[in-house]
Amino acid sequence: MSEKFEPVIVGFLCNWCSYRAADLAGTARIKYAPNMRPIRVMCTARIEPQFVLKALREGADGVLIAGCHPGECHYVEGNIKALRRFTLLKQMLRQFGVEEERVQIVWASASEGTVLAAAVDRMTEQVRALGPLRWKETVLSGNGHVEAVAVTEAEEV
Amino acid sequence: MSEKVGVYVCHCGTNIAGKVAVEEVAQWAGEQPNVEIARDYKFMCSSLGQELIEEDIKDKGLTRVVVAACSPHMHEKTFRGACQRAGLNPFLFEMANIREHDSWTTEDEDAATQKAKALVRGAIDRVVHHQPLEPLPVDINPNTLIVGGGIAGISAALELANGGHHVYMVEREPSIGGHMAQLDKTFPTLDCSACILTPRMVEVGQHDNITLLTWSEVEEVEGYLGNFTVTVRKKARYVNEELCTGCGICVEKCPKKVVDNAFEAGLGERKVIYTPFPQAVPKYPVIDTENCTYFIRGKCKACQIFCPTDAIDFEQEDEMVKFQVGNVILATGYELFDVSRIPRYGYGRLANVFTSLEFERMVNAAGPTSGKIVLRDMETQPKSVAIVHCVGSRDQNYHEYCSKVCCMYSLKFAHLVHERLPDAEVYNFYIDVRTPGKGYEEFYHRLLDEGTNFIRGRVAEITDIPRTPEEEGKLVVQAEDTLLMLQRRVPVDMVILSPAMEAYADSREVSQLFKMGCDFEGFFVERHPKLDPVATMTEGIFIAGACQGPKDIPDSVAQGAAAASRVSSLISQGTVMMEPVRASIDEEKCCGCRLCNELCPYNAIEFHEDTKVSEVITALCQGCGACVATCPSEAITGAHFTNKQVMSEIEGVLWDVITSEPVPA
Amino acid sequence: MKEYALFPGCSLEKMASSYYVSAVETARKLDVELKELEDWNCCGATTYFHVDELLAYTLSARNLAMAEKAGLDLVAPCSACYKNSYFTNVYLKEDPDLADHINFALQADDLQFSGSIKVRHLIEVYVDEVGLEEVKSQVSHPLDGLRVAPYYGCQMVRPRKEGQEIRDVEQPRYFERLLSAIGADPIDYEPLKVHCCGGSLILTSRRAALSLVRNLLQSAVDRGADVIATTCPLCQVNLECYQKQVNQEFGTELSVPVMYFTQLMGLAMGIKPEKLGIGKELVSAAPIVFSSVGAEAS
Repeated sequence: MSEKFEPVIVGFLCNWCSYRAADLAGTARIKYAPNMRPIRVMCTARIEPQFVLKALREGADGVLIAGCHPGECHYVEGNIKALRRFTLLKQMLRQFGVEEERVQIVWASASEGTVLAAAVDRMTEQVRALGPLRWKETVLSGNGHVEAVAVTEAEEV
Repeated sequence: MSEKVGVYVCHCGTNIAGKVAVEEVAQWAGEQPNVEIARDYKFMCSSLGQELIEEDIKDKGLTRVVVAACSPHMHEKTFRGACQRAGLNPFLFEMANIREHDSWTTEDEDAATQKAKALVRGAIDRVVHHQPLEPLPVDINPNTLIVGGGIAGISAALELANGGHHVYMVEREPSIGGHMAQLDKTFPTLDCSACILTPRMVEVGQHDNITLLTWSEVEEVEGYLGNFTVTVRKKARYVNEELCTGCGICVEKCPKKVVDNAFEAGLGERKVIYTPFPQAVPKYPVIDTENCTYFIRGKCKACQIFCPTDAIDFEQEDEMVKFQVGNVILATGYELFDVSRIPRYGYGRLANVFTSLEFERMVNAAGPTSGKIVLRDMETQPKSVAIVHCVGSRDQNYHEYCSKVCCMYSLKFAHLVHERLPDAEVYNFYIDVRTPGKGYEEFYHRLLDEGTNFIRGRVAEITDIPRTPEEEGKLVVQAEDTLLMLQRRVPVDMVILSPAMEAYADSREVSQLFKMGCDFEGFFVERHPKLDPVATMTEGIFIAGACQGPKDIPDSVAQGAAAASRVSSLISQGTVMMEPVRASIDEEKCCGCRLCNELCPYNAIEFHEDTKVSEVITALCQGCGACVATCPSEAITGAHFTNKQVMSEIEGVLWDVITSEPVPA
Repeated sequence: MKEYALFPGCSLEKMASSYYVSAVETARKLDVELKELEDWNCCGATTYFHVDELLAYTLSARNLAMAEKAGLDLVAPCSACYKNSYFTNVYLKEDPDLADHINFALQADDLQFSGSIKVRHLIEVYVDEVGLEEVKSQVSHPLDGLRVAPYYGCQMVRPRKEGQEIRDVEQPRYFERLLSAIGADPIDYEPLKVHCCGGSLILTSRRAALSLVRNLLQSAVDRGADVIATTCPLCQVNLECYQKQVNQEFGTELSVPVMYFTQLMGLAMGIKPEKLGIGKELVSAAPIVFSSVGAEAS
């Protein structure tokens, strides 16, 4: 039994592109980190920020959002909507003191099994290096409320 | 009331069982909340495997089913079918993908088993919150709208009409026929284009089952699969179609000629009242009001004076025609790349540089030169001709794609030059010679035998600035001959450019009208590039021909027939069941903010002015969930992907790391 | 009063001194101050970029950094200097690693590149910043019907700049508009107006360059030009100073005056020819001076 910290990453994969990319990675027997637990949505546009926060709160050390490449969304521009929400969410998470690498968005088309596998491997190592999230200790203060971490440098949106 | 979930963990031979401890997972699953029974089995998708599910549903009164096996894209339908047969609503079923997403992706058996448990638990916690859903029945109107009267549209129309279904064909030009009517000969058989096209055009024009609306455009499309309401603007021809006999006296007597930029590609002329070409269908002429003396100055009226049936009607107005159809086939075709976008090729500045369409008209026996190949002065025969491939295609500066047909028609041109000017030298400047169809490579060999000079090199410049005495008075084509590894300057008398096929400039507007998409190049997007090239992502809208991508005539005909066949199948089904994965709005909760209205890529959300709430038009909704995530009042529910379902799945997959204290939701 | 940092480049010092003086004279008339960039160095010209790219960019970057320090946009009358400075500015902004590397070197001179200034060609300044209305208002002796071939040369228009289409490279029109504003009659000089004059090939591959020069001259003559106007010292030299060699090589009898656009502008603005560096040409510009401003000025 290894002593190494194994991060748990929840993945939100869109039915048409990234979920199929993950299928393809499996069919091609590509080996990658088993730390990502996929949840299927029809489109990344369905992903509410609350889903991400829920996952982090319930013990996930990271969240991966994977959708179609911009311009190729099955529902025209759902992935763009997801990107907008993601950008704002990242700002909020920064204020919570949650590190950049814990919540990521990647694009992988249905034929890009290798891309998705590589993204999972990369993210697993990044989150492993950061250690467990421990939402309660990191984000919630003693009375169970969120206390914003002071943002010291100008953030680029 | 708690649910009774049946969990089935598949071995899939050794595909899953080789890495995941399937018996352990099944046993563990049996201990999870709401699980009535958990089994493992070698091949769940087999009939025996399915029977396991069916029997358990009946015997144990299961209310939910989870199968942990392969990807839902493989067998979700299979297991849903099993549930349905046993009397359980098929949407009370969920799959956990522990093969493609788990056993096949890792060598670590412990990790694989751990992940499998997480995915199974996620599925269990999710399925508990599933609701029974019924697919939506939609009646299919047997009429079809076909936009575009080129060879693809004609092909589709005849298939449907001969099958007994009614077709409305809308064509923007005064006559159907499309670009194929402009061509002289078609490769590789060198059939006369008009000879093979016109019988079909006539068939369309005379068919009882086809309503032909030419000189018309679609203005509005409302509705959804099986129930489209289409509004067409029938532009005024200023000719009464009831009275016109097509005798052509009006055209003869019209005193004014203008350059014909459409059919004759600017090489020939037509009258101001005209039919685009002699075999036009329908035969009714049309008045070009921009150039008509009567419309400009109120004088002339020669056409009206001489018309024997008094069919000229200067007061005629555009007519709006409205009708219902069940399906739409878009066959709007292509236009050619504007070669003046490459100033180095000198089109427009250098008189004897021609485009392919200009040359087609030139070699056409019924064209402006009666089929003689001559220079711009309409007299001199060229002694040398250069044909330039890949103008605007295979080019990062313009279009990266290969336009598929240009090599073949460039070879055709070379052949026609040899045929009509036996002593002329012909030079084809190419990158590759692409001849993928039946008889195409053989045609290329024939051209080699005919003595065509092939120079492998992209043309850098076409210039009239001579550098040597031989180049005086000629057009010099400069290209790097990559096989000889030399810069070559070839002086010729005439240059023919082979431009790429492009989507029409307004293809994006057209696609928005029909609520489907275009790709970056403006071509309509097919549902699947390999397996579904004539359907689009929008139900009931199909595409055929060059509007989907550059292609030759046989492929356009095939796609037209394919689209017609798809429509036919929908019509014969009569009623179609649509997937119930759609959004719905609780009007009690809706605050009328209308954020969702703008977001929907299918315009499927209507705002009711009277009640100030939004409503989802179920048939138009494609189930992406963008509105569900956006609604600040949480008034929108995404069927089969509700917040409760997804949140529960999140909790489920995190079963082993979930925080012990319940956190307020 | 518009102020710019003037980058004369090596050629404006000596070989193209007439370009220098006519530039300064016309600028003064148009209320533009061209302050010569202090301690400027060579822009790298054509050759250095093929010898050592990093050092060549550093050279150009130093000029940019000094212009930044002075807080002024950089104006280069020479097309090659313009091209090098412009694209150094672009590449350093695109490639932060390169910029860091170069800034490390620039530190030694207490300089820093940050990409805050713009690089312009002199003709750009006159056409876009000063504006043709203003130019026209300063014209006292319009060059009545003087037929001018607008020779852009290649380094001013290429490579394509951001936001430009291929037509902007192949068929620009601003030089013609400037010539019209000063009363001249620009001929249709396409397509050669944006073609190469041979550049430094005149030294290394003379015959090739001479054939290009020959085409340019012949085309101008065929299209009825009285004079060729240029925007670059090397173009001017190649076109003017080798006409004898061209005639020898090709058996032609070409004799075409070649002047800087600033000299023509100056004549139209009534500035004395000597002040515009006119009088030292190999192919005399006297006929141009005479026909445009009459005997009084020549």
